[in-house]
Amino acid sequence: MTESYLIRGARVVGGEPADLLLRDGVVAEVGRGLTAAGARVVDADGLVALPGLVDLHTHLREPGREDAETVETGSRAAALGGYTAVCAMANTSPVADTAGVVEQVWRLGREAGLVDVQPIGAVTVGLAGEQLAELGAMATSAARVRIFSDDGNCVADPRLMRRALEYVKAFDGIIAQHAEEPRLTVGAQMHEGEVATRLGLTGWPAVAEEAIIARDVLLAGHVDSRLHVCHVSTAGSVEVLRHAKARGIRVTAEVTPHHLFLTDERAESYDPVFKVNPPLRTAADVAALRQALVDGIIDVVATDHAPHALEDKECEWAYARPGMLGLETALSVLLEVVGERWDLIAERMSRAPARIAGLTEHGRDPAPGVPANLTLVDPAARRTVDPGELASRSRNTPYAGMTLPGRVVATFLRGEPTVLDGKAVK
Amino acid sequence: MRHLLSGADLDADTATLILDTAAEMATVAGREVKKLPALRGRTVVNLFYEDSTRTRISFEAAAKRLSADVINFSAKGSSVSKGESLKDTALTLQAMGADAVVVRHPAAGAPHRLATWVDGSVINAGDGTHEHPTQALLDAYTMRSRLGRIAGLHVAVVGDVLHSRVARSNVLLLGTLGAKVTLVGPPTLIPVDIGTALAPGTEVSYDLDAVLPTADVVMMLRVQWERMADSYFPSAREYARRYGLDGPRMRRLPDHAIVMHPGPMNRGMEITPEVADSPRSTIVEQVTNGVSVRMAVLYLLLGGMT
Ligand SMILES: [Zn+2]
Repeated sequence: MTESYLIRGARVVGGEPADLLLRDGVVAEVGRGLTAAGARVVDADGLVALPGLVDLHTHLREPGREDAETVETGSRAAALGGYTAVCAMANTSPVADTAGVVEQVWRLGREAGLVDVQPIGAVTVGLAGEQLAELGAMATSAARVRIFSDDGNCVADPRLMRRALEYVKAFDGIIAQHAEEPRLTVGAQMHEGEVATRLGLTGWPAVAEEAIIARDVLLAGHVDSRLHVCHVSTAGSVEVLRHAKARGIRVTAEVTPHHLFLTDERAESYDPVFKVNPPLRTAADVAALRQALVDGIIDVVATDHAPHALEDKECEWAYARPGMLGLETALSVLLEVVGERWDLIAERMSRAPARIAGLTEHGRDPAPGVPANLTLVDPAARRTVDPGELASRSRNTPYAGMTLPGRVVATFLRGEPTVLDGKAVK
Repeated sequence: MRHLLSGADLDADTATLILDTAAEMATVAGREVKKLPALRGRTVVNLFYEDSTRTRISFEAAAKRLSADVINFSAKGSSVSKGESLKDTALTLQAMGADAVVVRHPAAGAPHRLATWVDGSVINAGDGTHEHPTQALLDAYTMRSRLGRIAGLHVAVVGDVLHSRVARSNVLLLGTLGAKVTLVGPPTLIPVDIGTALAPGTEVSYDLDAVLPTADVVMMLRVQWERMADSYFPSAREYARRYGLDGPRMRRLPDHAIVMHPGPMNRGMEITPEVADSPRSTIVEQVTNGVSVRMAVLYLLLGGMT
């Protein structure tokens, strides 16, 4: 028998204040003036209750780079960010391209017990883009993999991409593509444009992303499969997606908080904390991505949380690894970008990603009988991001020193708190 | 000004002060004893991650003529480049008490990073395909001494602008000093948005012959043969035919116009021997002026520019 929690006065998805009784892993009751003997009371006056956030795109680095992040530290960062589930990308070492590795990651997630860690399987053996990994074995493993991605690399070979899209239909899988035509990004360091020209850094042209998305939506339409596009970063990609969705192609797309908030001008410091793949784009791209998020052309906000050890960032720009932390700041960035549009936030950060990933226990608004995966947010709080205070093992946040709105006060996973009073419970 | 990292660090007054100071330094070169005591007891480190004998020697001569102690840290091929990070090297230089670090590095922005880790002045002696500000200063000095002014000149910069740190620094500095710059080359070697990225009013042309009749200065950039393999242009012969400067083309220039090249040249590729060795050519003067300009930069940075 686990402890019960009575959350008093939370505004469920921004609605009128209500009490929530969490018992036996589910939301037992929702109402006003609830009482429950023995339940621990959580004062949620002024707080907003959201379905626990779900991240479709997290790099947990374990196995292989435990100096940058582990499943446990990444899970803690996620819980503190309001997440109850994260999908762990496959580009670990060894690569998560077998049932054995995905089960290992899944088990580590269970042991940490802070969020549900849903492994993503590699599409190709070793992410090499040559031969399909054993997708079926990963799907039927204990990890029950549904999303497959070579993220970090693009599945560039069109025939292989077609086969992958077709093959995963047998177990309702989905291919999540890192859209980057590699021949167009040889040596690329940042967005190809005026700033790259000024900085003398090799450009990563928008068309390298857009060309792959265009190809892949046509392939997905041709074989009637599900395609998910990772970290959409350009206005042109939004147009391709708009066209594909209008034609009824089964494509979903995600955008990262940093692509909604930061531009390529950040590179002017040559501080590689702003180096990321795909790169930060222009203000016009940022505006188009925000609009696409509101319109639903982009379905999901996903962090692409990418921890890196200090030595991989404290160096020359060209030698630095691409990627940024995101789990502990995503919700604040969203509040900064779209304001207190709670239903939109719940949809893009919880319900839609849970649907895409097939995580049926997640992404459900708190209501009687629903699994008690939820987070409580203080929208009035503001906080200044201090890299030293992050739970992640790495420090590569691009938001250091920025003051952002919102603070996660508590997170519950199946009725058990993972975060209380803004602090991780374990 | 503490560092010289970019042509953009120089406003018109500062740039003019450097050029005027360089003119004074040039008189030292004519003396029997080519030394000034100005930087006695100061340490200048040449930190070179790329082979560039001519640039290193130029800075070394400049520092020595000002009586500075010079330490050459050739990072290429030594233990420094094998594993030691730029930051660790910076901390070493800091511990050595370097007053100035002259850095040549294959990665754009490396001098900017270095400047955040050392107390001394950092001088960018060429960073990847980004900038080479002392080259732009010596080019400006050369133009001024040949043509008497910089404001109002029309300068054509010809060739591989995309990969040229010389071009970027020149566009910035010449813009600041009031010259008009036209960048000329095949479209594949002209970076995107270059017309607005560095200096307003920068023009672009793909037609060298159309630009030459109004040019006061033609600056030919080195073109590397490897670019052919990446399909920037089809062949050396076609490149030379469309964008190389030969005798007949040179004669399309106004009589007073000069021909510059930062070196090292590919004779027969971007420039023919007839042009390189003609009286219009300033190529040898540029080398001489390089020492004077670098003396001025070191003197003003370390002696205190107010
Ligand atoms: Zn990716």
